[in-house]
Amino acid sequence: MAPGIAERFRSGQFVAVAVGGEHSGMLLRRPFAIHDVKPDYGGTVEFLFAVRGAGTAWLAERRSRDLLDVVGPLGRPFPLPRDPVNCVLVGGGSGCAPLFPLAHSLRRRGCRVDFVLGAASADRVCSAITARRVAETATFTTDDGSFGVRGRVTDPLGQVIEEARSDVVYACGPMAMLRAATAVADQHGIPTQVSVEETMACGTGICMTCVIPIVGEDGITRMVRSCVDGPVFRGEQVRFDDVGTIPFDALGAPGWKAQGDGDRAADREAG
Amino acid sequence: MSPDLRVRLSQVELVNPIMTAAGCAGTGRELARFVDLARIGAIVTKSVMLEPRAGRPAPRMAETPSGMLSAIGLQGPGVDVFLQRDLPWLLSRGGHTVVSIAGGSASEYAELARRLSEASGVGMIEVNLSCPNPASQGRDFTDEPAEAARVVHAVRSHARSDIPVFAKLAPDVPDLVGLATACVEARADGLSMINAVRGMAIDPVTLRPAVAGGMGGVSGPAIRPIAVGCVHRVHAALPEVPIIGMGGVRTGTDVLEFIAAGASSVAVGTVNFADPSACARILREFEEAVEGRGVARVGELVGAAHRPIGAALGG
Repeated sequence: MAPGIAERFRSGQFVAVAVGGEHSGMLLRRPFAIHDVKPDYGGTVEFLFAVRGAGTAWLAERRSRDLLDVVGPLGRPFPLPRDPVNCVLVGGGSGCAPLFPLAHSLRRRGCRVDFVLGAASADRVCSAITARRVAETATFTTDDGSFGVRGRVTDPLGQVIEEARSDVVYACGPMAMLRAATAVADQHGIPTQVSVEETMACGTGICMTCVIPIVGEDGITRMVRSCVDGPVFRGEQVRFDDVGTIPFDALGAPGWKAQGDGDRAADREAG
Repeated sequence: MSPDLRVRLSQVELVNPIMTAAGCAGTGRELARFVDLARIGAIVTKSVMLEPRAGRPAPRMAETPSGMLSAIGLQGPGVDVFLQRDLPWLLSRGGHTVVSIAGGSASEYAELARRLSEASGVGMIEVNLSCPNPASQGRDFTDEPAEAARVVHAVRSHARSDIPVFAKLAPDVPDLVGLATACVEARADGLSMINAVRGMAIDPVTLRPAVAGGMGGVSGPAIRPIAVGCVHRVHAALPEVPIIGMGGVRTGTDVLEFIAAGASSVAVGTVNFADPSACARILREFEEAVEGRGVARVGELVGAAHRPIGAALGG
């Protein structure tokens, strides 16, 4: 229960959850996309997670009525279309969580929603029943073929876009998937909104650890924080090939030249 | 009676000893959603450089026991944007602003000091000496007391005389007191200590360094005893020099610990990442912790750990 977060939440935003208890040696919060908010019991917030380390293992041991230290809602939400357009929502694994509240918001605006959801295997498929209930169509893929179509989630995307006459793609999941989804949408001449999953220490914009290269409206690439300037970006803004690097032409990159005076910032590294 | 929380750092007075640590308060705007910036002693900015800087590639961070390892690489917009956009905003919030500066040569630091001195609202300059010195095979300025002193002297000579200049020291140097003394002899008005401790984490799966830069800085409660020890040693050697203490502060009692070791004010760093309202909470806790001490002023507690047993509690 977190009434303040439930009230303010918009699709695509996330919460940052403290793990390990008050005197824990695990200092940093874990970011999780919000999967659902419900008005019941004064406002509840749901998020999905897979146990990946000591922090999520601790979280998995919590029981109902336990207290959690949560900050949120954080980040920029998905932009919603003004008109009732056709939207295809693509997600992989537990990363697809934010697509469900988005689907509800889009439906309330009269948009058509189609889901394409991927997972490693049948037991990892995320909210298949909800997806079928909310969407016009729901297509599933698994790596091992144990549920839906065998293959990657972006494999059937082109066909879904054509059949549903989609106007926009919304995608959540690992960077490689977001890049593939953006490429497919681009082939069909439609825009993509992607929600990135970067590791972050604070979630509030101060630590500067979650930066990715983003091309701005002015054509200049900047290292941009995914927590406060994202996690939602337009697909074509993200330099997917350069994630994990500082592109040579990014603002302030080594060798980057300021107008009229380039040498000062050049060829330096700092810790 | 509630004690007087005001503290003096060289010629500047702060409303209380709680500050943010450099790089742990964003531009101020991010933290202002959670903390009233005018209520804490001072905001220390992220290190400002002459030019925009993209920093290091990701991953920039790894969680370590009771702390974190990070290698941001001084990402920032450069001094022009800082002066046009960030400083006026901080000023409008009514807080006291300490500007951290970083550079690659004494002349760059000097130029920054000159630019900042032309602006209004710079309450203090903190010189981040944990930057590689290209003239010395990329060793940090802090690793060579003579080089650190050269930078401090250049900043002091170019900064307006009413702006105190504090030198920020790294803990992992061969002779910390020697470094501190060199900076004070170069006319530093005070010292900030400590910067993050240099370290590394290795990913157990890939067996590669966990942050892209290889080495990073360790911060958080894990380094607090190191920081308290550094403050204690330097205060013992240079008792007249004001010190801003920092390193793993998590609670109001931690602040008191630094003050007893010899710090006049204390900066809150990595815990802001975990708890964005930490500064407000720590100030509250600190006030409570001081109230029970029977002192009229916080200043009476500075260096309490250096006094003989029985005299430690002031009043």
